[in-house]
Amino acid sequence: MAATIDQSKIRNFCIIAHIDHGKSTLADRIIEKTGLLTSREMQAQVLDNMELERERGITIKAQAVRTVYKAKDGEEYIFNLIDTPGHVDFNYEVSRSLAACDGAILVVDAAQGIEAQTLANVYLALDHDLDVFPVINKIDLPSADPDHVAAEIEDVIGIEAEDAPRISAKTGQNVDDVLEAIVHKIPAPTGDPDAPLKALIFDSVYDSYRGVIVFCRIKEGTVKKGTVIKMMATGAEEEVVEVGYFGAGQFIPCEELSAGMVGYITASIKNLKETMVGDTITDKNNPCSEPLPGYKKVTPMVYCGMYPADSAKYPDLRDALEKLQLNDASLYFEPETSLALGFGFRCGFLGLLHLDIIEERLEREYNLDLVTTAPGVIYRVHKTNGEMIELTNPSNLPDPSEIEYMEEPIVSAEIMVTSEYVGAIMQLCQERRGVYLGMEYIEGTRALLKYDLPLNEIIYDFFDALKSRSRGYASFDYELKGYQRSDLVKLDILVNREEVDALSFIVFAGSAYERGRKMCEKLKEEIPRHLFEIPIQAAVGGKIIARETVKAMRKDVLAKCYGGDISRKRKLLEKQKEGKKRMRQIGNVEIPQKAFMSVLKLDDE
Amino acid sequence: MNNKKPLELYVHIPFCARKCLYCDFLSFRALAKVQEEYVRQLLEEIQAASLTAAERRVSTIFIGGGTPSILEPVMIRAIMETIRMYFEVAPDAEITIEANPGTLTAQKLDIYRGCGINRISLGLQSADNGELKALGRIHTFEEFLKSFERARQAGFWSVNVDLMSALPGQTLESWKNTLKKVAMLKPEHISAYSLIIEQNTPFWERYGQDGCGGSGPGSWPPLPDEETERKMYQVTKEFLEEQGYIRYEISNYAKPGFECRHNIGYWTGAEYLGLGLGSSSCYKGSRFSNETDLETYLQLDFMKDGLVKLYQNVQAQTRNSRMEEFMFLGLRMTKGVSDIDFTAQFGVKIRSVYGEKIDRLIANGLMREEGSRFMLTDWGIDISNYVLSEFLLDEEN
Repeated sequence: MAATIDQSKIRNFCIIAHIDHGKSTLADRIIEKTGLLTSREMQAQVLDNMELERERGITIKAQAVRTVYKAKDGEEYIFNLIDTPGHVDFNYEVSRSLAACDGAILVVDAAQGIEAQTLANVYLALDHDLDVFPVINKIDLPSADPDHVAAEIEDVIGIEAEDAPRISAKTGQNVDDVLEAIVHKIPAPTGDPDAPLKALIFDSVYDSYRGVIVFCRIKEGTVKKGTVIKMMATGAEEEVVEVGYFGAGQFIPCEELSAGMVGYITASIKNLKETMVGDTITDKNNPCSEPLPGYKKVTPMVYCGMYPADSAKYPDLRDALEKLQLNDASLYFEPETSLALGFGFRCGFLGLLHLDIIEERLEREYNLDLVTTAPGVIYRVHKTNGEMIELTNPSNLPDPSEIEYMEEPIVSAEIMVTSEYVGAIMQLCQERRGVYLGMEYIEGTRALLKYDLPLNEIIYDFFDALKSRSRGYASFDYELKGYQRSDLVKLDILVNREEVDALSFIVFAGSAYERGRKMCEKLKEEIPRHLFEIPIQAAVGGKIIARETVKAMRKDVLAKCYGGDISRKRKLLEKQKEGKKRMRQIGNVEIPQKAFMSVLKLDDE
Repeated sequence: MNNKKPLELYVHIPFCARKCLYCDFLSFRALAKVQEEYVRQLLEEIQAASLTAAERRVSTIFIGGGTPSILEPVMIRAIMETIRMYFEVAPDAEITIEANPGTLTAQKLDIYRGCGINRISLGLQSADNGELKALGRIHTFEEFLKSFERARQAGFWSVNVDLMSALPGQTLESWKNTLKKVAMLKPEHISAYSLIIEQNTPFWERYGQDGCGGSGPGSWPPLPDEETERKMYQVTKEFLEEQGYIRYEISNYAKPGFECRHNIGYWTGAEYLGLGLGSSSCYKGSRFSNETDLETYLQLDFMKDGLVKLYQNVQAQTRNSRMEEFMFLGLRMTKGVSDIDFTAQFGVKIRSVYGEKIDRLIANGLMREEGSRFMLTDWGIDISNYVLSEFLLDEEN
């Protein structure tokens, strides 16, 4: 099958939206209302190949899908819809997905209007020179006000929205208008199929049969089976085994991928680390002169310790992390040992959401019961001997006498909030050591606040606090700005006069007392009574700054055993026994596993 | 004596004049007509159940509730007569009925005596009328005094009084006062529990688990703090022992010879058969409980279906569950558990199963060993939930 596809009939685009504005519902509608194959491809033997794929049971992640749309002008258009991760943790991945597109559909909720992520994503899309056209969604909601939202889009973002399709992705109303708009408003790709190969990697997955499957957008040139490709950043070289595109749920092989197309390449690549997102693929024998701009190596921002609740499961945890890493190059881990928790791993994540996802997958897919320590960021410790270390585990902090100064990561944050909550949010940012940069009012009722915030102040519960202090109306976006010198100390927790290394964390000196006090209070709630009294102390540099006491057990007696119904008694005793099992023995104190995460929940509000 | 196995009967009367605010037992208000219908069905059940008990001899009967004394006394008589007709009841059987002081008349008491009931349990809870009101009880202390008097006059020489400590608004002083007032009457038996705030009760709504009962107008008296609660427990023991009562179980006190045989049966692995709505049984190697929905219960046809549809949650006892129960029920008795009994029943010594745990509990001052018996210390009793949960075995054992 000669797959020369007319570039002018291709549309490569993504959908950008604030969370819950209906991005995935619209994507589903688009896939539903379009076909899988062009009529020409139908006649080719593609279907057989698909059967084969099905037998092998390979399904693709939904990062990209190719569909065929027969437009009102009678022509068939190929739509490549590229998904973008919807969370600030994955900003870099978002930017690479955008770079693979020529245009973007901006979905705005007809009731809620523009939110912080809407703006952040639009700016990101405009940065990548994408043509953005708006769609106003959820017009079926009683509170929908599409006229208002259209005006808002024009005022705030400055893109034309008067004739923006007004749709309900949920009911399917007016979704056809979106399909036509894709044809007319998203530009066709450009690029010379005969130029040296230049392709952008925007994602990759690991498949145990074929190795790494690279998702890419061909910017220039052509790639086919047998081409020896080279990853320009990592230097990896392999011969292409197969190229193809993304059916709904399948990989569909084809002859070649040429400039303007979106598809996949397999080349017996064994390690995901060789195909980093953002890297440029070229032809080893006919290389392009320079790589595509924008590649950067993704590094974890948030670290925590992960330990198996049952220490015998340590090898299982290692296996599970290795397996997850196959499909997630941004997950980092190395073995570490804690006096309190035994053998485990220090793991690095892009952000707290990423951490949550991994933790949940470990617990659900690999059936592991985990003890997770409080997440922290990477601090730069400048020692008096001129050496600089990047600290990911508080236990490794050098002696204070060896420390010249320390630096912590700072992010630039944008918070969008309705004007009535501006005060509360500014207060919150103040409490989190934010540096106020400015505020813009957006059409009178909403404000965009700009702050520099230390990353370690926002990784735990900032988002929750933001939501609760704005009754859910605030939205938030941030990016890493750089490092800044800061007065930081290590806060140690002593339980029954024994230091529990897994509970130590680095904190701004000015907040140490407050955090220490809250931590002690929290632990007092979490640690059950023992036969003896247990002091819980917070210390900085050996000096006790806060103390609470878990009183000794006093009275705990079963109630009346009524009419011989002992089943309730038994249940109560079983619950008590079960509780004892989920404990960590530290010295002669049993600490519940969840206590190690309690530092996360210190915000009162 | 004959050599039939002893069997205890528990008869449940799920009715009361008004639900107390702390009560989560299976009990509710009902029209006289419904009560009658219930008793008729109960009599059917007694008949049907007796078919399984030909080799048993009833050693105790306990008519509990709810408030059994709310029933027309002829119904109680009908129940007793039916039991006697279909079961073999030992001549020296202990037969108890629970009564609410607000519902007890001389006529009722005479009928109870007349049908062989020889022990009465009066739910007083407190001698302080304010505390009684806060509990949602329908009677006053003065009414209780009358009932007690009447019970004595009717010839009940074995009377239990139920008391509760840790009540809303209760102080150590008012609790001591309750104990004094009751001890002066010299009942043969006193049960002294502390109030537990159970879920699905109005008290749970009010007190949740923090026990404060809210503040401001319309608030509820607070529950005593933990220290006070514990002192109340200690005072109970000290005072009642001074008065000649012996604590024979965590919450039960009796003059020598008047320990409640029926309850002791629960702690010592006796067989018992529950009759009536929601009652529990431990019978012929299984634990099970009766249907709890009144409508469903009333529609059962015992003649046609037997007891299959009545019995729920049937769980065969295993060797492990028997061992566990031997320990965690037996240790509620102040005389503790006997290694000789354990060995006779299970063929191994207690220490071979629980040695490590017992040693640790003894080292921590929670248990004692005396001769061939193991028992809780006073502190062990205070935190008995903690101690008793140690005797649950891991599944794989």
